[in-house]
Amino acid sequence: MKFTRRETMLMALGATAAAMLPARAMANVDDLVAAFTGGADIGEGGLTLTAPEIAENGNTVPIEVDAPGAVSIMVLATGNPTPGAATFNFGPLSGSQSASTRIRLAKTQNVLAVAKMADGSFVQVSQEVKVTIGGCGG
Amino acid sequence: MISRRHFLQAGMAASALYGASGFGNWGRLAAQQALTQNDLLDFQTSGNVTLMHITDIHAQLMPVHFREPEINIGVGDVIGKPPHVTGADFRKLYGIEDGSAADYALTYDDFTSLAQTYGRMGGADRISTVLKSIRADRPDALLLDGGDTWQGSLTALRTNGQDMVNIFNALGTDAMTSHWEFTLGIDRVMEIVENELNFPFLGANIFDTEWDERAFEPYKMFERGGVQIAVIGQAFPYMPIANPKWMFPELSFGVRQENMAEVVAEVRGKGAELVVLLSHNGFDVDRKLAANVDGIDIILTGHTHDALPEPVLVNKTYLIASGSHGKFVTRLDLDVRDGEMKGINHRLIPIFTDVIAPDPEMTALVDAQRAPFQSELTEVIGKTDSLLYRRGNFNGTWDDLICNALIDEREADIALSPGFRWGASVLPGADITREDIFNATAMSYPEAYRSEMTGETLHVILEDVADNLFNPDPYYQQGGDMVRVGGMGYRIDINKPQGERITEMTLLKTGELIDPAKTYVVAGWASVNEGTEGPPIWEVVENFIKREGTVTVDPNTSVKVVGA
Repeated sequence: MKFTRRETMLMALGATAAAMLPARAMANVDDLVAAFTGGADIGEGGLTLTAPEIAENGNTVPIEVDAPGAVSIMVLATGNPTPGAATFNFGPLSGSQSASTRIRLAKTQNVLAVAKMADGSFVQVSQEVKVTIGGCGG
Repeated sequence: MISRRHFLQAGMAASALYGASGFGNWGRLAAQQALTQNDLLDFQTSGNVTLMHITDIHAQLMPVHFREPEINIGVGDVIGKPPHVTGADFRKLYGIEDGSAADYALTYDDFTSLAQTYGRMGGADRISTVLKSIRADRPDALLLDGGDTWQGSLTALRTNGQDMVNIFNALGTDAMTSHWEFTLGIDRVMEIVENELNFPFLGANIFDTEWDERAFEPYKMFERGGVQIAVIGQAFPYMPIANPKWMFPELSFGVRQENMAEVVAEVRGKGAELVVLLSHNGFDVDRKLAANVDGIDIILTGHTHDALPEPVLVNKTYLIASGSHGKFVTRLDLDVRDGEMKGINHRLIPIFTDVIAPDPEMTALVDAQRAPFQSELTEVIGKTDSLLYRRGNFNGTWDDLICNALIDEREADIALSPGFRWGASVLPGADITREDIFNATAMSYPEAYRSEMTGETLHVILEDVADNLFNPDPYYQQGGDMVRVGGMGYRIDINKPQGERITEMTLLKTGELIDPAKTYVVAGWASVNEGTEGPPIWEVVENFIKREGTVTVDPNTSVKVVGA
């Protein structure tokens, strides 16, 4: 029987290697963050990113961001060819400043969230999400 | 590391809690002295709540031999901590004498000779005797099953888990959680849960993929001895990754730490004075969860098959490890007053088959489950000159035998066998029956594939599986032991990052290094991919053993481990 490369690796309990992030994509992440913050300093705290440690399906990974008092939250999949995943804007009447969506992850990578707070400051948080094809579960 | 003395001190310091743990008399009894049932069951009933824990029985209704691992490496924060302690270090840590009953039950050395002395362990009818004896002291003791119950034997495979459901209903189980249960397929799981199980099937971390809503009951409240007890279930978190997702396509799992914190808060809000997590996370994941989530009194751990004679205290949570394959039942007597746990009295009870009298009612029920398959089970296929066992991070002789069979029967260069932890042992000199083969292979996706892979793909596979075992953060470890490899050697540096751990991959038959660009014929089994084709692995193994007559498995020296 014939297998695609993906099926072969599924079959053999294996998965994608953690390839190095291409330099271009990295530059792209920096550019996107700079465009979002206008080059301002970025702090930490007050922004929660909820994502699975290991994606059950790299094509649709549920994530949630929550930042009380934020006006905008940008989410980047830093290892994707196109890192921009979502930007959520919250108007003054928003009941809460949280949002959830599903994103596609090409491989194991950090998901980065940056929030713009009402006072114009910025905070960020990131989490590694492992994309593995798995097998071998004891 | 927490020695018994330290455990007690730590316990008292944490919350002015009193406690006791350890072996009772049996652990110190010398080989020549006869153990008695009283030695095993003698226990000072205390407190007002009793929990009984069984986990990872893997459908072993009959007594078995089961050799504990020689190699069980801890990484990151758990280097050298239980359960990542084996052999002489384990005996030293817990004060176990060489050659004692506890040595045989809990460590790997001299397994064959100690097995002659102490015999088999487990058996549902012996377990039943132990449970009845505990209930004689404490009639409302809770029996909690950590899962991996409905898979692992010929009878469970043929009956789609019905034999185990019947037995665990009869044992009077109060709740369970799950892992391999889902490899029966979601339709069968729902049929059992909705129509056949006399107790709840808990999974606080199981959600449907479409709406992210709970798919099963997250917890169950019990009142025992005037105490409100919440038992929260946590299924194996990496279910759709480690096992075939297509068998339960609409379910999502995950550790979901925040979710656990919310559930703990919810049950405390409902008045729970004692919070018990019935978990299939695996020990290291539970250790991290206990450190990060407050408010759990007891975690009954599972999945990693560890048997620890004492609780491990993390934060204010006691982690209990009750072994696998029916070898042990844990008894916990807890003193819960004024809304908190004041005392804990723990005993890991070894089920020595020859010491504990069988419960005749349960013997009859087990016999009834096995009767339709009796001739199939007992057929002798061949003989072994070597001890066949599975456990260990890298290789076991069972998987070496399976890999040899795959290479031979499927004409492959290289064979891969998954790093499962289940599978009973067979002693050297013994017959290998069909039941023995199924004890190491029985599962619902057994197709033995044959395929071509490049050296590069093989490297990627080994790196991926290695990271699923040796990632320093337990939440990123996906479950099993290292994939077992036949026909190829390699060197692994466990402390390197993914992509750099595996080097010196060598084709054993030629002694040449694996060429990343070259294609090799690879045979394996237990693919998580839907539509995999090939004969079931037990057929491949059976044919091989039949042809060999008597099998011998040479010591495996093809994996060089660095950094352990």
